[in-house]
Amino acid sequence: MTAVITRPDALLYDGVEWDYDKIKRVYDAIEHIALKEMGLDVYPNQIEVITAEQMLDAYSSIGMPLMYKHWSFGKHFARDEMMYRKGYRGLAYEIVINSSPCISYIMEENTMTMQTLVIAHAAFGHNHFFKNNQLFQQWTDAQGILDYLEFAKTYISHCEERYGHAAVERVLDAAHALMSQGVHKYPKKRSDLRTEQRRERERQEYQDQTFNDLWRTVPKPAAGQRPSKSVSERKKLLGLPEENILYFLEKKAPRLEHWQRELLRIVRHISQYFYPQKQTKVMNEGCATYVHYQIMSRLHETGQISEGAFLEFLHSHTSVVFQPEFDDKRFSGLNPYALGFAMMQDIARIAEKPTDEDRQWFPDLAGRGDGMAAVREAWANFRDESFVLQYLSPHLMRKLKLFSVRDDAEDPYLLVDHIHNERGYRDIRKKLARQYDLGYLEPDIQIVDVDLAGDRKLILQHRVTNGVLLDESDAKAVLRHIANLWGYEVQLIEVSAISEAILKEHAVTAPSGIGVV
Amino acid sequence: MNIIDRRLNPQGKSLANRQRFLRRAKEQVVKAVRDASGKRGIQDIENGEKVTIAAGGVREPSFHRASQGGVRDYVVPGNKEYVEGDTIQRPDGGGGGRGSEGSADGEGEDEFRFVLSRDEFLDIFLEDLELPDLVKQKVKQSESHSLTRAGYSVSGSPANLNLVRTMRNSLSRRIALKRPKRDEIRELEEMLREAEEAGEDAEQIQALREQLEHIVLRSRRIPFIDPIDVRYNRFESVPKPIAQAVMFCLMDVSGSMTEHMKDLAKRFFMLLYLFLRRRYRSVDIVFIRHTHEAKEVDEETFFYSTETGGTVVSTALEEMQKVVQERYPDSEWNIYAAQASDGDNMSSDNAKSATLLRDVILPMCQYFAYIEVAAEHNMGLSALGRETELWRTYKQVQSPERPLAMRRVRSRREIFPVFRELFAREKAGA
Repeated sequence: MTAVITRPDALLYDGVEWDYDKIKRVYDAIEHIALKEMGLDVYPNQIEVITAEQMLDAYSSIGMPLMYKHWSFGKHFARDEMMYRKGYRGLAYEIVINSSPCISYIMEENTMTMQTLVIAHAAFGHNHFFKNNQLFQQWTDAQGILDYLEFAKTYISHCEERYGHAAVERVLDAAHALMSQGVHKYPKKRSDLRTEQRRERERQEYQDQTFNDLWRTVPKPAAGQRPSKSVSERKKLLGLPEENILYFLEKKAPRLEHWQRELLRIVRHISQYFYPQKQTKVMNEGCATYVHYQIMSRLHETGQISEGAFLEFLHSHTSVVFQPEFDDKRFSGLNPYALGFAMMQDIARIAEKPTDEDRQWFPDLAGRGDGMAAVREAWANFRDESFVLQYLSPHLMRKLKLFSVRDDAEDPYLLVDHIHNERGYRDIRKKLARQYDLGYLEPDIQIVDVDLAGDRKLILQHRVTNGVLLDESDAKAVLRHIANLWGYEVQLIEVSAISEAILKEHAVTAPSGIGVV
Repeated sequence: MNIIDRRLNPQGKSLANRQRFLRRAKEQVVKAVRDASGKRGIQDIENGEKVTIAAGGVREPSFHRASQGGVRDYVVPGNKEYVEGDTIQRPDGGGGGRGSEGSADGEGEDEFRFVLSRDEFLDIFLEDLELPDLVKQKVKQSESHSLTRAGYSVSGSPANLNLVRTMRNSLSRRIALKRPKRDEIRELEEMLREAEEAGEDAEQIQALREQLEHIVLRSRRIPFIDPIDVRYNRFESVPKPIAQAVMFCLMDVSGSMTEHMKDLAKRFFMLLYLFLRRRYRSVDIVFIRHTHEAKEVDEETFFYSTETGGTVVSTALEEMQKVVQERYPDSEWNIYAAQASDGDNMSSDNAKSATLLRDVILPMCQYFAYIEVAAEHNMGLSALGRETELWRTYKQVQSPERPLAMRRVRSRREIFPVFRELFAREKAGA
């Protein structure tokens, strides 16, 4: 047999069909570029090939490979499936999970070029971001998440068997409604999901061991004997005000049983796990898109992929980073891929070939050379809001022709208050950054008081900014859920953040005969 | 890098979630299905259905800001002509510059649409319908039997010998009676041979020989397999329920039947077919149309070709009787019949039809449904409180013990309720 001559610039693959050998070759080539040339740092990769149906499955269970059972996932699946079958919407080419090893799903329908793109995008782009961004480092536990989900799934199905589907569903419904109010926005201590599981198991064992039926017979203090405390003392005791509603209910709701608290805790942990992702949409996608673009270009330059494959890649790349203008029918806000990718490119450009304007705006960054290092730095240290505030350049604002519009319900017209010119740059940048600030995007709702000595009414407060109130029917429905968990009356007061004036009040009475002892 | 092929993993991971979802939305789904069945075409009744349900019951509420009111700022791309201080007409319906408000959850939508699979659709569609009790009566008479395993017996044909059971009995008997093992005999023979070769004293050899003789005799007396060990598989013959049905569609196609009436009839037949299909392994359909004479035809002709002539109902019943005799003996088939007509019949034929129905057709049928269709607007004679010829005729035949049901239908919307009424659970016939 004659030796096969391998040239360094030989094509990695040919044609559209993929197989495991090709994927292995492509992966090695990409790994070389990503680690050696671009200096990326990634978790070990695990690539899983799945079918379209499995992709839909993953979609509906918020992208996680294993998830507890709940009707809302079934609902999402039903809708996504219909959209997909009717051709209203395509499927994502990949899903990637922030775990170690980092799991990327690739679909069997993809062509070889798409698989190459997906590996570059997910297995290196997102993976690098997950491992290096400070938000993820601070908030998520990539090692523990899959084990924790496994625990959650078993725990919840166990609860379903023991307490019935309806009871579990009621708690989960309520917890889901409060998911965005279930995160700690400021770190206390690093959460370790493995310890979580152990903690729960040990608590259960301890309870089983020390169970003594006699405690039931201890007479309760008669009503009205409890010393009434001053308001400030009471609030301090309960840790109020508290913005993490799920946390508060888990710890303080008087009528919940242990397993119900544990369900709240599970939902809270999952919500917390996704909190960084919500804050880094632009950066995360920008990073992955920038990485795949660099890698694919490099593969093409070195002759490892064919012209045809490169054109196919460009086609999907341009449709991913397409940004319709505001008056376009397809417009639905800024495309995070487009903005992220444009900003990454811009950062590299400023670092390597700055203009005078750039020098003025970015004295530290301009002309420092090594664009890749500059971009990596940005990936590590920012979230969307601060990233836009720090790096959005006048050059890019002009390129995207950004302008800001003020919509005041009292005025008959919308007002264009800033455009992409000397006077507007800073304001536009500030406003765009705010558009990505979760603290600003999500209503500021806190638990402010509980009358523990009296009727145990739970009082929540929404600090209204810019006069935008809560959606009434939804707010009411969520309050109903809170009341189900809390067990007593719940009130929500909307106050103006500026004048402290009460704008609106919602109240839900105590649930009758909730199945809690 | 690890690459794992997950394609062969068990499918339908989300099935449990889907069941939970359907259970949650049950009330609305049932309503949607009922509505849909009133509207949809004949061909697609068997397909899945895209149902739209009110989002209320499956809403996932969250605290979020209202879409109206207050002051909002948006940064949007693609400025063409605006300069600072310009005003823009407010776009209606929240299009235009809505910024990044859009939520993937489709909040604010009043409706939720999704596709039910065929089975799910039919399950809900035919829920709480039951075949008339008469089925049981038929099963009792059924001639068909099948054999089922039913334990063991001590007699039987060699082909049915149960080896395992037989050997087990043999083994326990041999242990209980201490039948000498083959190894023991062989050992003793060996000892004897050694003793003889070694030339030991005759007395000892004699003792060994006797011992050997004794155990050989014992092993002969206690047989390896005794007739009392033998067991045979026992089979019992059980009557097999008849799992096949034939459905007769009888329809008057004379000039007085309008397209609308035929459509109503067709819908009813379709429902009956679906219903039978869910319950029986195989369902045959026979289409018989009649004017003043009856003919068995194919489905296409049955529904779509027109015919002129008078109306003699008894011809159709005779044709049905003929077909049953030729192809569907009522001992082997469950026979269902549905007749649709506008109620016309030749006066001279009424008596004959009644006799035929009472004496021939009903005794062999599981169920006979008579549907009288009327024009939607012209309410027909029945609306005036007068009964049609055929209605009067059949009414004479009707009695609690006969499997005959009669209903009037005027519009498509009534078809399903009437059908449900006819087959409602816990209620045999009309």
